[in-house]
Amino acid sequence: MKVHEYQAKEILRARGVPVPRGHACFTVDEAIAAATDLDGDRWVVKSQIHAGGRGKGGGVRVVDSLEGVREAAEAMLGMMLVTHQTGPEGQQVNRLLVEEGVEIARELYVGLVIDRSSQRVVVMVSSEGGTEIEEVAATHPEKIFKKFVDPKIGLTEAEAVEMMAQLDLDPAQAVEGGRFLRLLFEAFWETDASLAEINPLVITADDRVIALDAKFNFDDNALFRHPDIVAMRDTDEEDPAELEASAVGLSYISLDGNIGCLVNGAGLAMATMDIIKLYGAEPANFLDVGGGATTDQVTEAFKIMLRNPDLKAILVNIFGGIMRCDVVAEGLVQAAEVVKLKIPLVVRLEGTNVERGREILEKSGLDMITATTMADAAEKVVAATGN
Amino acid sequence: MSILINKQSRVITQGITGKTGQFHTRNCLDYAEGKDCFVAGVTPGKGGQDFEGIPIFDSVAEARAETAADVSVIYVPPPFAAAAIDEAVAAGIKTVICITEGVPVKDMILTRDRMRESDAVLVGPNCPGVITPGEIKIGIMPGYIHTPGRIGVVSRSGTLTYEVVDQLTKLGMGQSSCVGIGGDPVNGLKHLDVMKLFNDDPDTDAVVMCGEIGGSDEEECAEWISQHMKKPVAAFIAGVTAPPGKRMGHAGAIIAGGRGTAADKISALEAAGVTVTANPAEIGLAMRDAIDKS
Repeated sequence: MKVHEYQAKEILRARGVPVPRGHACFTVDEAIAAATDLDGDRWVVKSQIHAGGRGKGGGVRVVDSLEGVREAAEAMLGMMLVTHQTGPEGQQVNRLLVEEGVEIARELYVGLVIDRSSQRVVVMVSSEGGTEIEEVAATHPEKIFKKFVDPKIGLTEAEAVEMMAQLDLDPAQAVEGGRFLRLLFEAFWETDASLAEINPLVITADDRVIALDAKFNFDDNALFRHPDIVAMRDTDEEDPAELEASAVGLSYISLDGNIGCLVNGAGLAMATMDIIKLYGAEPANFLDVGGGATTDQVTEAFKIMLRNPDLKAILVNIFGGIMRCDVVAEGLVQAAEVVKLKIPLVVRLEGTNVERGREILEKSGLDMITATTMADAAEKVVAATGN
Repeated sequence: MSILINKQSRVITQGITGKTGQFHTRNCLDYAEGKDCFVAGVTPGKGGQDFEGIPIFDSVAEARAETAADVSVIYVPPPFAAAAIDEAVAAGIKTVICITEGVPVKDMILTRDRMRESDAVLVGPNCPGVITPGEIKIGIMPGYIHTPGRIGVVSRSGTLTYEVVDQLTKLGMGQSSCVGIGGDPVNGLKHLDVMKLFNDDPDTDAVVMCGEIGGSDEEECAEWISQHMKKPVAAFIAGVTAPPGKRMGHAGAIIAGGRGTAADKISALEAAGVTVTANPAEIGLAMRDAIDKS
């Protein structure tokens, strides 16, 4: 699960990690009130969307007057902010973060992720703050310093200070930076985060170490023990189709093609997308119905896929293990009737009770194309779209 | 022979009284020598009862003391699954197979760290389990699609593994053992570990591996294959069409920061001499080609 920058900063602030003073705002009036409350003569108005690259897209402004805050807030609220992560249509800005301006002396980078090989949290620091870490990794890998944290001990003070000292900080700054790093690690660990990025981490003109930006993702599997984080979920930032699917226990991802796929199991679902591409067409979605695939779920899955106006055909690929093919077939027939399917439907069933399943499909009188192997199914569904 | 499990294995089922545990235990009992293999169940507070004639104990330690079991399979709910692994390892179980899906990553980091001091092997979590066809099935895979034989199968996915096994069986290639290692980012055995076991198994002649996007396990396995593998290997990598940054069902199946793409994995495997097919309908054929070429 992702959260907004201002929410990540609330999480950090609550755990003693230094962040700029600031307030989340939903209206222009709130933005002005926030700036007035913060006082000072410089503010930063930041669009709150989940995608990165907001600055380049015009979603962040530094202003020197309350009038400037007003103008920035008016321009940003409601705008479709386009960044390299949003896609060409952009993401609507509904929330702002108004913060105190900070005198920046240096910009650094800090990132925490789960490292699969070492099976530990890896803390990464770099002197190249403000740049995307992937870019630094590609051009200057020697400028990224990593520490794999022992989960029994956590990040020690000595380790944290040593990491920061590698970035050519003076000793007092390194100690301060080390303190920041340890508190950040603790926040990451306590909240079951899966990713944290502070880019940039800044050293201010008066030697404070402070998170100018903050990005946090959390492990979905651990949300059951963090109701406070679940409450931060902003569904406006999520694809409506994906949201609807997750509400009925389906895992769905929208893609750009025109052949819908309904599959049981994530690996087989990806393989089905791949074979559609291999036979010359493009999949419209990833859809894993999981181990159950009840009639209701299949019906919902059809409805969600059919909301895509470009959809030309649907391929159902089920390998029945525990899930019996006859049960799946009955569900498919009912679902196809409920949604009054008008585009070609290719069904490939394999596994437990497959004969009985195929019989049910044939006897249903529904206009569907049956297939035996995955290749047969892919060929038929691509042909059905006229490609 | 086979890898990890065989008809001599003695198995404890942790979470045997839950709905999932009951359902799959029945299927496992019905498969091949299952009735002799599944010797105990564990559900705290239900010690002294039994399920389908299998005695239930309050703890793995008690179950192991009574039955000398060497394998455990775990169906307990996600919040308690890592603790169940810890309990099995502490009780001296040598092979722990965790089926549970949705275990928090932090729990697995801590559990894997504790396992550093032990020689126990973990398969999963979030996996279909392990089967040695004709002898024993431990997990949720449909037993009947398997045939005893000499091909090893290792995969991160569930139903895609069934698809592969089905293709192999229909082409007349039986399987020595099939191992589902699961799709989570922090887990037990990796492709590489299972590949080593198959390489050393005198009853395995060739191996099929199914990988998917995310992480670098397949690349690490490819590196090892190029140096050490004595047997032909065929592979399929799912997710050529998967977009970056999106979690494709499995928590581990995500292309992050331009790494973990299918293209990287495929080129690493091809460079290691593995027969890689882009067509998931032809994984069995790729295995036959790889054997013919060797």
